[in-house]
Amino acid sequence: MKKIIKYVIIDILRNKIVLAYTAFLLLISITIFNLEDNSAKGLLSLLNIILIIVPLVSMLFSAIYVYNSSEFLELLVSQPLKRKTIWLSLFFGLAASMAFAFFIGAGIPILLYEATPTGFIMLGTGLLLSVIFVAIAMLAAVMARDKAKGIGVVILLWLYFSIIFDGLVLFVLFQFADYPLEKSMVAAVAFNPIDLSRILILLKMDVSALMGYTGAIFKDFFGAQTGLLISFAVLFTWIVIPAWLSLRKFNRKDL
Amino acid sequence: MIIASNVSKKFGKLKALDDVSVTCIKGECIALIGPNGCGKTTLIKSILGMVVCDSGFITFNGNNIRHDWKYRAQIGYMPQIGRYPENMTIGQVLDMMKDIRGYKNENLDEELISQFGLRDILKKRMSTLSGGTRQKVSAALAFLFDPDVLIMDEPTAGLDPVSSEILKEKILTEKNTGKLVLITSHILSELDDLISQVIYMQDGRICFHKSITSLQQETGEAKLSKAIAHVMLKG
Repeated sequence: MKKIIKYVIIDILRNKIVLAYTAFLLLISITIFNLEDNSAKGLLSLLNIILIIVPLVSMLFSAIYVYNSSEFLELLVSQPLKRKTIWLSLFFGLAASMAFAFFIGAGIPILLYEATPTGFIMLGTGLLLSVIFVAIAMLAAVMARDKAKGIGVVILLWLYFSIIFDGLVLFVLFQFADYPLEKSMVAAVAFNPIDLSRILILLKMDVSALMGYTGAIFKDFFGAQTGLLISFAVLFTWIVIPAWLSLRKFNRKDL
Repeated sequence: MIIASNVSKKFGKLKALDDVSVTCIKGECIALIGPNGCGKTTLIKSILGMVVCDSGFITFNGNNIRHDWKYRAQIGYMPQIGRYPENMTIGQVLDMMKDIRGYKNENLDEELISQFGLRDILKKRMSTLSGGTRQKVSAALAFLFDPDVLIMDEPTAGLDPVSSEILKEKILTEKNTGKLVLITSHILSELDDLISQVIYMQDGRICFHKSITSLQQETGEAKLSKAIAHVMLKG
C-alpha cells in the first residue's frame, strides 16, 4: 500500500497543478489577511473564498486524475495486488496531496495571522472538505466510464453543493413558512458538507447576522459545543460513505 | 492449472463469454484463436481478474480467483495494447514494477530487455514511444519475473520481424521449461512451431479445444492455418 501511495504522490507532484493550487491559496490568504486591519474579519472573507475554491479544485483535480490514471490502474490490476489496496492507495495519495496543499496554502497563513480556536476550526474543516470532495469525485469517476460525463457530473455536484442546495433550502423555507420546519432544516444541513462547514465556523465566530436562517436554527438547536461534535461526525461520514461506495464499485469494475 | 467453469460475461446486451469451460494444464502452449470480438481478450482478462465474470468461476491451482490476488504473481501478462503511465520513463516503469512485486535485482529475467535494446532508451518517456516499442516493454515486463504462466494477447502485432523472431524464440524456450503459455493471435502461420493445443472461439463460445496433433489428423492438413480453414468451412 505504501509503495503505491508513494507512486501516486510522486506522480501528482510531477504534474504541477497541485503546486499551482497551493501557491494560489497562499497568495489569496496572505493578501486577504493583509488587506483587512482586523484578522478576524480577514478570516471571514477567506472562509467564503475557501468554501468555493477548495471543493471545486479537489473534485475537478481528483476526477481528472482518476480518469488519466486509467492506464496505471489497469497495469496495477494485472499485478498481484488487491483491488482494495490499489483504490485506497489512490484515494490516500490524492487526499494527502489535496489536504497538504490546503495546509500549506491556507493553513499556514491562518496559523500565522489568526491562531485562535476559530482559526483551528477553519483549518480542520478545510482539511476535511479537501478529503470529502476527493472521495466524492472518486465515486463519480468510478461510476461514469466516459470522461466527459464524469467531469460533467463533478461540476454539477459542485454547483449543487455550493449554490443549488442553498436555493432549495430557501425555497422550501418560504414555501412552507407556516409549518414548523426548524428541526428538519437542521437535518437537511447534514446533506451538504459545505454548508455544514460554514455553520461550524460561524458558530465559533459568533457572527449570527451572517449565519443565515439554517445557521441560526442550528445554533439554537444544538448549542455550540454539541453542534461542533455532531458536525465533525457528519463530516467524517461524508468521507467514509463515498469512499466505501466507490471502493465497492471499483471492486466489481471491468477494466 | 487454470480451470474455467461455465464462465459467462455480458457487456450490456452483448454476450462476450457464454458458458465457457476450459482446462489449461502446465507445460502446454495453447493458442486461443477466433474472429474479432469473439471473446478471446475477455477470457484472458477474466483469468487475470481484470474483468469480473457474471456467473461461473475460474480456479488457479485449485483456488478460486474471485477473492484471491496473490496468484497473479505467477502470471506474466502481455496486453494487446500496453497502456502505461504516460509521464514515466521506461526505466521508471520497470523499476516501479519491480518495486511493487517486491523484487530486488535477483531472479529477474532481463534477457528481453537487453535483446530488444531497451537498455539504451531507458530514459525515454512512455508518451513518446511508438506502438512497437510499447509492445517490447510489455513483452519485457511479462517475462521479467520468470512467471509460471505466460498470457500473451496478440504478442507480435506491431513488432518488426527481428523483434518478433526474438519474442517467438523466447516463448519457445520458456515453453520448453514447462511453463503454461496462452497466446492469442491472428497470424496463424507464426503459431505453427509454438503451440501444442488450439482453442477455437466464436461468439463467446468455445467451438473446440484440441491438441494440434489430433487437429492435424482430423483435417489431414499439416499447417495450422489450413487446418483451421478446413474446420471453419466445414462448420
